[in-house]
Amino acid sequence: MSGRLPVRKTYKLFIGGAFPRSESGRTLEAEGQNVARASRKDARDAVKAARGAFPKWSAATAYNRGQVLYRLAEMMEARSADLAATCSGEAEVEAAIDRVVWYAGWTDKLPQVLGGSNPVAGPYFNFTVPEPTGVVAIVAPDEPALLGLVTRVAPALAGGNAVVVVASETHPLAAIELAEAIATSDLPGGALNILTGQRAELAPVLAAHMDVNAIDVTGAGEGATELERLAAENVKRVVRGPADGQSPWEIQALLEFKTVWHPIGT
Amino acid sequence: MADLEKTRPPAPVPLEWEYAPAPESREIVHFQERYGLFVGGEQIEPRSGEWYSTIAPASEEHLAEIAQAREEDVDLAVQSARDAFENGWSRLPGSERAKYIFRIARILLERSREFAVAESLNSGKPIRESRDVDVPIAAAHFFYYAGWADKLEYAFPNRRPHPLGVAGQIIPWNFPLLMLAWKIAPALACGNTVVLKPSHTTPLTALLFTDVCRQAGLPPGVVNIITGDGRTGAAMVRHPGIDKIAFTGSTGVGKDIQRAIAGTGKRLTLELGGKAANIVFDDCALDQAVEGIINGIYFNQGEVCCAGSRLLVQESIYEQVIAKLKRRMSTLRVGDPLDKNTDVGAINSREQLDRITELVESGREEGAEIFQTECTLPDRGFWFAPTVFTNVAQSYRIAQEEIFGPVLSVLTFRTPEEAVEKANNTAYGLSAGVWTEKGSRILWMAERLRAGVVWGNTFNRFDPASPFGGYKESGFGREGGRHGLEAYLRFE
Repeated sequence: MSGRLPVRKTYKLFIGGAFPRSESGRTLEAEGQNVARASRKDARDAVKAARGAFPKWSAATAYNRGQVLYRLAEMMEARSADLAATCSGEAEVEAAIDRVVWYAGWTDKLPQVLGGSNPVAGPYFNFTVPEPTGVVAIVAPDEPALLGLVTRVAPALAGGNAVVVVASETHPLAAIELAEAIATSDLPGGALNILTGQRAELAPVLAAHMDVNAIDVTGAGEGATELERLAAENVKRVVRGPADGQSPWEIQALLEFKTVWHPIGT
Repeated sequence: MADLEKTRPPAPVPLEWEYAPAPESREIVHFQERYGLFVGGEQIEPRSGEWYSTIAPASEEHLAEIAQAREEDVDLAVQSARDAFENGWSRLPGSERAKYIFRIARILLERSREFAVAESLNSGKPIRESRDVDVPIAAAHFFYYAGWADKLEYAFPNRRPHPLGVAGQIIPWNFPLLMLAWKIAPALACGNTVVLKPSHTTPLTALLFTDVCRQAGLPPGVVNIITGDGRTGAAMVRHPGIDKIAFTGSTGVGKDIQRAIAGTGKRLTLELGGKAANIVFDDCALDQAVEGIINGIYFNQGEVCCAGSRLLVQESIYEQVIAKLKRRMSTLRVGDPLDKNTDVGAINSREQLDRITELVESGREEGAEIFQTECTLPDRGFWFAPTVFTNVAQSYRIAQEEIFGPVLSVLTFRTPEEAVEKANNTAYGLSAGVWTEKGSRILWMAERLRAGVVWGNTFNRFDPASPFGGYKESGFGREGGRHGLEAYLRFE
């Protein structure tokens, strides 16, 4: 009985920049820890927080969004040992950090690569710019625990969306560890919200939520069809992609294109 | 300036002006008595054995017998499109595909008057619009996408494009030929084959288009046109041989389609309804703005998904704008779509007229104040006088629901922030208009309006090079421009 008893961590949700327990008072045991089991009400609160953060995050300059994401990579680097303990190890953490840096560099290039001016047949100046879709729900894949989550979340944030993530049910610790890096990254509170708990309980609430504009069903497995069906209620964009990979087209999947016309004349 | 406007006597309103009739000749169009389904490059009798009559909405005159396609017919059309895809079209060099599509563009222009007359007859839209807007832009669309067919690898950096296969395309009755062009041109350019269903009420220009395909020498089965009502569309959506559905129409049907294809892996693009705000600031060029308001809501009888159906006027110029608007409305000529002087034609169908009438009734009941121009409407056919509602609250159905008719709802605002708030306060997000002479304000507004198309000091402009499509419940995907290609490609 010598030595000091360590102080353990309580694994909580991440909503609106804060770390609340589930309002339901429930937990579930995953990876040897008690993890908050978010309720439907928590999911709705997370959407509300995301909607509240959307104006600020989407209106931030592209340069600023890039800096904030880069700062997130810095915070992840500082916590790399902790992050490594929640996933397959150091190599996965490094890949995840590098992915965040990669997307950080995209924020101020997207409009030039994806948008542009359009040569219409008339005296009009016409241009198309990408804009974030809005509030995006992401059902994170189980594997790789950290990199899979980062792969889906980073492009959504780079595009300027506000995000609600349903973390992997089997590997939720990486998500919570990541939340702690995010909390110190200058990302506006609510721009990324993380729910742990049962996917089958949470994902349908987000898929059916009328204030969610898009859903990424990459981690939903066989449940994806039901989520797609629910998504139709407000014409959500339904997105799926690789659990490991990076591309500006992953960002584009969660962008809208706005085209502006104005006459040219004296 | 404002005072001057008030004290100056109003310009005489040419209400009593007599216009001699200026009808466009119908002789240029010859409809068959009966149109079968266009499958595998030829007209075939529907396996369903069912036919229906298509009419001229301006006179209710019968124009032709049209086939009603059912499951078996859809199946044949999909098979034909699949065969054409596998047996050549998808392997044809892009440069050769391009030349077919260029040919189509050219032939459409050569036959433009015929198509304009047919379009006005079957849809009820004024010949001035079908002649100057629908047909030329449809041809331009083919010309634009023809050029992409052999340049696809330059459109998407670091991605290898491939066609999807068979595209099932379902289009509405408001711009029958133009919507056909928006759908078919990019699909073919990307190497797909298509099964297209025109609207139940406006099949004729799509059926005439089959003759353009013949003249262009397009290989059989690359374009298949099947006609019928919602049952035909539903059979297309369910058909396992279709790789992609492209739908333009109501938000209600769009949601049904999205639900129906959940889990099938079919690709989907939706271009749905709208309730666009046309926002007029007190520093606008007033007369131009009034023209823009008129064009925004009375173009094509207001049967336009991106119509400027909610007018947001800054309070300080409210009376002036309404007075000018009413005066301008009273000069609109409503009547024979084939008359070259006509500004507002017939409503497309009795069903649509009933819907407009019902919504207008709800506006009266909820307490809005109605103004309609005094025009003599023909006895036969489907007509609705240009209408404006003032004293409208945001919660009224006429401020929330798409009317798809010549009915404008007027609301007011004080600050730019309030204008943005009200403009965005709908489930839709297709288009918006802003009228102000202040450049920074146009851009400030354009940034904040959650809509896929923003017209600054103009309205209802379309061009093949310009992406078009909605935010929120107005749908997803873009038509037009480089962006329009993506709906018809998969990438490695």
